[in-house]
Amino acid sequence: MANANTPMIECKNVSKVYPDGTVGLKDINLTINKGEFVVVVGLSGAGKSTLLRSINRLQDVSGGEILIDGKSITAAKGKELRLIRRDIGMIFQSFNLVKRSSVLRNVLVGRVAYYPTWKTTFNLFSKEDKQKAYEALQQVGLAEKVYNRADELSGGQQQRVAIARVLEQNPKIILADEPTASLDPETSKRIMNDLKMLNEKYGMTVIANLHSVELAKEFGQRVIGIRAGQVVYDGKMSETPESVFTNIYNGGNGKEAADD
Amino acid sequence: MEYKQLAPAPKSTAKRIKTWLIVIISLALLIWSFTDMDFGGIKPSAKQIVGSIFNGLLHPDWSYVYTGDGEDLLSALWETICIAFLGTFISAIISLPFAFWAARTKYKHWFTSRLGKIVLAIIRSFPEIVLALMFIKAVGPGAAAGVLALGVHSVGMLAKLFSESIENLDEGANEAVIASGGSKWHVMMFATMPNLMPSLISNTLYRFDVSLRSASVLGLVGAGGIGYPLMTALNYRMWSRVGIILLGIIILVMIVDWISGWIRSKLV
Amino acid sequence: MTNKSGQAPVVPGLPKKKFKLMNWVWAIILIGGLFVSTQETNTSLPVLFQNFSNFTEIFVEMAKPDWSYSGTVIPLVLQTIKMAILGTFFGSLAAFFYSLLIARNVVKNKVVTGVFRFIMNIIRTIPDLLLGAIFVAIVGTGTFAGVLALSVFTFGVVVKLFYEAIETIDNGPIEALTAVGANKWQIITDAVLPQVMTYFISYTLYAFEINVRASTVLGYIGAGGIGLYLQQTLDVFQYERTGTIIIIIVIVVVLIDYISSKAREALMK
Repeated sequence: MANANTPMIECKNVSKVYPDGTVGLKDINLTINKGEFVVVVGLSGAGKSTLLRSINRLQDVSGGEILIDGKSITAAKGKELRLIRRDIGMIFQSFNLVKRSSVLRNVLVGRVAYYPTWKTTFNLFSKEDKQKAYEALQQVGLAEKVYNRADELSGGQQQRVAIARVLEQNPKIILADEPTASLDPETSKRIMNDLKMLNEKYGMTVIANLHSVELAKEFGQRVIGIRAGQVVYDGKMSETPESVFTNIYNGGNGKEAADD
Repeated sequence: MEYKQLAPAPKSTAKRIKTWLIVIISLALLIWSFTDMDFGGIKPSAKQIVGSIFNGLLHPDWSYVYTGDGEDLLSALWETICIAFLGTFISAIISLPFAFWAARTKYKHWFTSRLGKIVLAIIRSFPEIVLALMFIKAVGPGAAAGVLALGVHSVGMLAKLFSESIENLDEGANEAVIASGGSKWHVMMFATMPNLMPSLISNTLYRFDVSLRSASVLGLVGAGGIGYPLMTALNYRMWSRVGIILLGIIILVMIVDWISGWIRSKLV
Repeated sequence: MTNKSGQAPVVPGLPKKKFKLMNWVWAIILIGGLFVSTQETNTSLPVLFQNFSNFTEIFVEMAKPDWSYSGTVIPLVLQTIKMAILGTFFGSLAAFFYSLLIARNVVKNKVVTGVFRFIMNIIRTIPDLLLGAIFVAIVGTGTFAGVLALSVFTFGVVVKLFYEAIETIDNGPIEALTAVGANKWQIITDAVLPQVMTYFISYTLYAFEINVRASTVLGYIGAGGIGLYLQQTLDVFQYERTGTIIIIIVIVVVLIDYISSKAREALMK
């Protein structure tokens, strides 16, 4: 991978305290460069999700600043915020498709921010975008399902539709929040390979929260370990000793963390 | 071997007092309800009338089913269906904004939704018949007043059901639209509405069942439908006419219940 | 798909969406139904807006309630609530036993359950006010007709919900008791009822809420309660008195609804 060394995401002293007083993130300082494939590991509840959801501001931070490609998302409002989000795709653990809509319409959701509101209301997507959506589905091997309803698909297929949605969105960054947690090992691999493809072929910066240390080792170039809302490790995967993982998972059963 | 003696079942005194209090209050209310009820004033002819009604049900006035002059059973039933259909449609449209107002979501203050819920409770409690009479003053007696009364009154219940569906909605799809840069309107069009549609349709169909029953009652005050001929037949003691009208209502409601149940089961 | 540029497409084009006949059928039924029913009922918005002042006039007069009238209203509202309580009591009592009779996991004989279900379904179709009108014709005007109407109506509401609840219970305890040689009545009291009693109470409360609402208008057709005054004041255009009645009705109904639904929530916890 060509590492251009241009920062894509910069977290500066980011902290998050929930209304009930729980500390979600504590003084996070991170720089993620363009084209990196980062895996974030840690116990559930350590703050992995909070970190990802803060980056595209699905939730607000309590302190600090996050810059996306040089622009502050924490200060952005309204249209400005939506335009920054347009450059950040997200893959969710529970796929988050609109279950009763067709696969095509779900993929087109990735495109909404490119259109004025009235056009999307009347479903006036351009022919090119529909064709692009179809091509995205071909990339993930679901071309024949284009007019099926999303809930007719298996879990793995639904997650691949979500990946096609991100492809259609064509963002600079992909946040993957436990993308494989509700899938079997084989399907998980396939999803991770798709993410790898997005990273290598389109140069998208990928940040993935992963439960499974095995997958993390196989796909991550850089590891960020999180415990109790703090970054406790940050380094290249190839230089990371096994002890780091044992430490992050508190000497416990991190290896086969299947479910929580 | 020596056995321990069985200890008495553990009991919480507070809980028992509470249970007994509820029982005593309920009984007191029940006994109070029997006071000053006039069960004595039954007409001596009651038994005979029951007989006549059953006789009427067994020997219905078939000639009333269809006469061709628009004053027959089929026309009245058809009018009843039309009142229920249009009334339900109107209330479904009005209910949508009310439902979003009254639904408790994390995007708005609890006070707003609480206020919406109170407004809906008031609409629900406003007697439908009075509403019908008010609309009769506005558009004259007839089916239109029935449609409008149903359209307004049903909002109280329908919007409540809608708002409950909104509260139970899966947030995930909404987040996906927000994450890809969508506006609030996009969230509504691409995630909320498609996810909501089945329960909206199902609730509306259910409401249509209820509205059909209401529509057959509104005629009692002159707001169109089958209620008026029934009232007349009862007043003039035309028991075989009463019989055929009751049969008509029973069959109509059963058919409509069955069809809407079938559609709702298909929706899942 | 045609390709205008004439080149061979590198990737296949998006296929045409399949034509879904049923969607069109539903759309036509809906639009046709709207058209037909608007014609049939002579509903016209222009007429409504032209005469809307008549409507609002009544509303404005109702909004100036005559509080001195509440002395007459409150005793009748209490009478109305009594009717609702009695109707709920008799109706749900009958429904309790009837439901056991038509639940297929209690009574195995399909002919018995079938016949009794059919009767129940017929009773359920008749709206509350029509029942009121029929009972007024039978027993004459007064609260008794109202109580009868509400009882029959409650019966219809509770039976349907309760027998369905009985049919969804866990069959294990029934089998366990059958295995130790219990008779039908023991099975019902020891295996069935413990599982469904809270449901029954909850459905009864639910029926009570509906009955309070229904009982307020029963008097309009002579079946006792406050509804009679609703009719009288409307007939002589004393809207400020009608307003008093409605405000009191709304307060009572909303209050009872609130208490009852909270009680149901507590029960189901």
